[in-house]
Amino acid sequence: MLKLEPRPAPSRVMSIASPLLALAITVLIGVVLFLLLGKDPLRGLQVFFVEPLKSAQALSELAVKAVPLLLIALGLAVCFRSNVWNIGAEGQFVLGAIAAGGVAMLAEPAGSGIGRWIVVPILLAGVLGGMAWAAIVALLRDRFNANEILVSLMLVYVADQVLGYLVYGPWKDPDGYNFPQTITFLASTKIPRLFDGLRVNIGLPIALLAVAGFWAFLFRTYAGFQLQVGGLAPAAARYAGFSSRRALWTALLLSGGMAGLAGGLEAAGPLGQLTPHVPAGYGFAAIIVAFVGRLHPVGIVFSAILMSMFYIGGELAQSRLGLPKSLTGVFQGLLLFTLLACDTLIHYRLRWKPAHVPAEAPPAGTDQPAAAEGQA
Amino acid sequence: MDAIALLIAATLSSGTVLALAALGLLINERAGIVNLGAEGMMLIAAIAGFATAVHTGSDWLAFAAGAGAGALLAATFGVLVIWLNTNQYATGLALSLFGSGFSAFVGINYVQAKLSERPHFQLPWLADIPLLGPALFRQHPMVYAAIALTAGLAWFLYRSRAGLVLRAVGESPESAHALGYPVRRIRLAAVLAGGALCGLSGAYISVVYTPLWVEGMIAGKGWIALALTTFATWRPARVLLGAYLFGGVTMLQFYLQGEGVQVSAQLLTMLPYLSTIVVLVLISRNAGWIRVNMPASLGKPFFPGS
Repeated sequence: MLKLEPRPAPSRVMSIASPLLALAITVLIGVVLFLLLGKDPLRGLQVFFVEPLKSAQALSELAVKAVPLLLIALGLAVCFRSNVWNIGAEGQFVLGAIAAGGVAMLAEPAGSGIGRWIVVPILLAGVLGGMAWAAIVALLRDRFNANEILVSLMLVYVADQVLGYLVYGPWKDPDGYNFPQTITFLASTKIPRLFDGLRVNIGLPIALLAVAGFWAFLFRTYAGFQLQVGGLAPAAARYAGFSSRRALWTALLLSGGMAGLAGGLEAAGPLGQLTPHVPAGYGFAAIIVAFVGRLHPVGIVFSAILMSMFYIGGELAQSRLGLPKSLTGVFQGLLLFTLLACDTLIHYRLRWKPAHVPAEAPPAGTDQPAAAEGQA
Repeated sequence: MDAIALLIAATLSSGTVLALAALGLLINERAGIVNLGAEGMMLIAAIAGFATAVHTGSDWLAFAAGAGAGALLAATFGVLVIWLNTNQYATGLALSLFGSGFSAFVGINYVQAKLSERPHFQLPWLADIPLLGPALFRQHPMVYAAIALTAGLAWFLYRSRAGLVLRAVGESPESAHALGYPVRRIRLAAVLAGGALCGLSGAYISVVYTPLWVEGMIAGKGWIALALTTFATWRPARVLLGAYLFGGVTMLQFYLQGEGVQVSAQLLTMLPYLSTIVVLVLISRNAGWIRVNMPASLGKPFFPGS
């Protein structure tokens, strides 16, 4: 029968092959699903993997969705590497959108006399909004030992209600026919676009800069090194005198700030106003993006593009194939599931062992010295 | 007075939802496994139960379908976590994300569906007592089942041999393994039981409590149930008590709105989530106390040396 056997050292090849294997298995399940639903699987694959790359327009839309995923996932990668389980990025995204939207609306009375520089305070407000929301998690974890998984998640629901309160209440557009939405932000507060006629905006270069920044932080700074040691070997980090409290705060503030930035870019960019539909699940999808990208800034670029294809594919599957849009969520979840299963192969290898061999049989080759060492 | 009786009745019903799921998660955690997939299992069980109730008209078949769906998902989680040693947090999270997508996907045709006339339950004679009758004795049988389950689980954990083994597995899988107990199979059994109970809770929500199907209708109850096990320091009776407490907080919003209190609807909706945070903070403040009560191997993988 098949047995799992620990590898002497983690396999670097499997570490890169595992996401590809997981994607292949997810696609395979997708093909079966399309067949079961009576749809042409080739058409289905085309909708997910070809159409989003077909034209400049399509590529622009791909980037519009990949940018928030990329930004949030970069921050989460730092969190997960330092073993801080922030799963409430969705809430930090919403707070970023609220804060950025608030500043954008402050510009309203000043009218059109306002300059393009207003975008800077808008985005800064987004970053601060997200940071503040994540700071609650850090504070409660630091001072009161409250589990960050549950607190950050509960704050997602609270953030949704804060947004709801604002758009149904004090921030509701007086001329909006009583719809729960704010005014449309002034044109001058909109995030500048890169090309005429395409929705992709300066969020894309910002995100790519962030990739470089996070790479440098994680792999070229002492603080980044300390964080990672704390995540991999807490005891070693303690012994080295690395502060776990500082790691907690750094990880949460960074990831909160990134999620807030994504929220600000979204609110002042493609959305252009606040509605109850600001939370689009990017914060949760970014968790998958971070893991599929191996918690590595460069890997996350690819996984963010992949996840954006899932989003666009889901929308196209709805309009072209008559399938529910939630197909996206099914594939996203499946991908993370299969990835985690495939990741086992990084630390273990599969061995075929005949089932009838008696248990007393001496373990083969490499195990012998280790056993002898143990007895010595 | 009638309003108070109704509030108590609603609290018990709402608490039952949380109690069923939290008791299931308690079994998981007593064996050393944290399943963050509770929310996802409850969502899929909710649609499985609701669809079954729509097609068969039987609540009991719906509960069975919900529990079955929960157990099936838990089995996937269990195999990954127990045999493939995947990270428990990440795997549970995957289950929750998959659950919210998959339930929305299969549930799309049931959004407008309605269940047949809901039966009314009442205990003979007891239901006619003024105040106590409407408050306590006109509940769905599942409410009493949750209380019985709590008592049964407390007996199982502290008075039975099998319960002792389960706790041993959660405290020190190495010792249990050395004594010859099949640690991984025991853990899988605990995960399956937990999944089935979360599933039962999900089906109870969509078939009895709400009763309808909407995307994302569990609205964090799976996560609150996870918080409840910590709140209860992993004891069944305290889980039930905590569940009623949170059920009461959830119901308070409707009661206050009914009384015409001028508070924004959003603030009231926030209450259960905010109180979860507050309670977590209060209970976790004493780190030593949590450590003493927490199953020692919670969240840690166990790979028997080959």
